[in-house]
Amino acid sequence: MLNNRTMIAALCAVAVVFGVVLQRASADPVKDTLVIDGKKMITETKPPEGHPLDVVRSGWLYREKDTRELEADSFENPGSLYVARGAKIWNTVEGSAGKSCASCHNEAAKSMKGVGASYPKWDAAAKRPINVELQIDKCRVENMGAKAYKFDDPKQRALTTFIKHQSFGMPVHVDLSKGDLKAWWSKGKDEYYTRFGQLNLACASCHELNNGKHIRADHLSQGNANGFPTYRLKQSHMVSLHNRFRGCIRDTRAETPKAFSDELMALEVYVTWRGSGLSVETPAVRQ
Amino acid sequence: MAETPKIRVPKTAKKGEVVEIKTLMPHIMESGQRKDKDGKPIPRKIINKFTAEFNGKPVFSTSLEPAVAANPYLQFFAKVEESGTFKFTWTDDDGTVTTAEQKITVS
Repeated sequence: MLNNRTMIAALCAVAVVFGVVLQRASADPVKDTLVIDGKKMITETKPPEGHPLDVVRSGWLYREKDTRELEADSFENPGSLYVARGAKIWNTVEGSAGKSCASCHNEAAKSMKGVGASYPKWDAAAKRPINVELQIDKCRVENMGAKAYKFDDPKQRALTTFIKHQSFGMPVHVDLSKGDLKAWWSKGKDEYYTRFGQLNLACASCHELNNGKHIRADHLSQGNANGFPTYRLKQSHMVSLHNRFRGCIRDTRAETPKAFSDELMALEVYVTWRGSGLSVETPAVRQ
Repeated sequence: MAETPKIRVPKTAKKGEVVEIKTLMPHIMESGQRKDKDGKPIPRKIINKFTAEFNGKPVFSTSLEPAVAANPYLQFFAKVEESGTFKFTWTDDDGTVTTAEQKITVS
C-alpha cells in the first residue's frame, strides 16, 4: 500500500516536471517590433477576407532573439551582400541584344518599387501566373537575348533578392482579380490542405494548426512568403521560395514537384496571399 | 565575381574617441570537412587572416579558422588620435588578398 502511494507520488512528480518541460518547449511568437534602418515593418496584421487565421504573422516573430537581431541590423544581415550582388547583375550587360536590366528599366529603386510586393501576377500571354524569377527569365530571353537562368542559379537568387528588396517594407498585396488568378489561388488552396507524402502531412498541418510549436528543434511559423528569398543560416545562403517549398514537401517524404511547375506556382499564389499585408522583408533572416 | 566587402567606419570622430568598426566579407568559408555528391572531400577555402591598419600601423588582426561561418562578420573598436585612413585586408587560402579603405576625419 505504502509502496503504491510512493509510486503515485513519484508519478505525479514526473508529470509535473514533464508539464513544465512541455510548457517550455512551446515556441509561441514573441511580442516584438521590427525596425530596420528606422523603417517600421509590419510583422503582424489583420488577415484578408476568407483567411483562416485571426492574425497574420511574419516568420520573424517566431525566430530566436539572435536571428531576429541579425535581420534587424541591415549591415550585419548577410542577405545584404546578395542585394549588393544583385545590384551588380542589374547593371551587367548580357546576351546578344547587348542589354542589361538597367538598359530598359533604369534605376531599380524607382522602376522595381512595388514589384516584390505584388508578384505573383497573371501572365496573359502564358495563361499562367508569373513570379519574379520567371519574369526575369522572360526578360532575359525575349529582350536581352540571354539564356533563362537554371533554377536556383546563384545569380537568379541574387537578382531576385535585389528586385524584391526594392519593395522593402511595402505590404504584400496579390491582385487576384486579374485573369484566372483566382482559379490558381483555389488550386493552391486545395494543395495547401491536401495531405501527402509518407508522413501524411498537409501544409496546414504544420503552418496553420501547429504554428508556434516545435517540430523537432525548429519553430513552426505560419509559413508566409513575405521574406523570400530569405537568408537561411542553415544553408548560409539565400533560399528561394520554390526551394523552400520543395524542401518542405521532401520532408513529408512525398515526391517533390519541379520548381515553377503548375503545382508550385498555384501554391505560391495561395501562400503569398496568406501573408497579405505583411511587409516585404527580403532579405529576411531565418534559422 | 569579385566580391566587395562591406565596411562601416564613422566618417568623423573626436580626438581620442573610441570608434566602432564593422566589417562583413562575402565568402563561402568552405571548411574542408564536407564531401561532394561523389563522396570526394571539398577542398578547404576560407579567409584565414584579417587585419586592420590605421595610417599604416596595425590596429587589429585575427586568424580565422574553418569553423567560422560563411560571410565572416567582424566588429571591433579603435581609438583615433588623428585623421587618416583605415585599411582592411582579408587573406584567402588561395592567396587572394582583398582590401578596402575608409577615411576618417578627426577633429
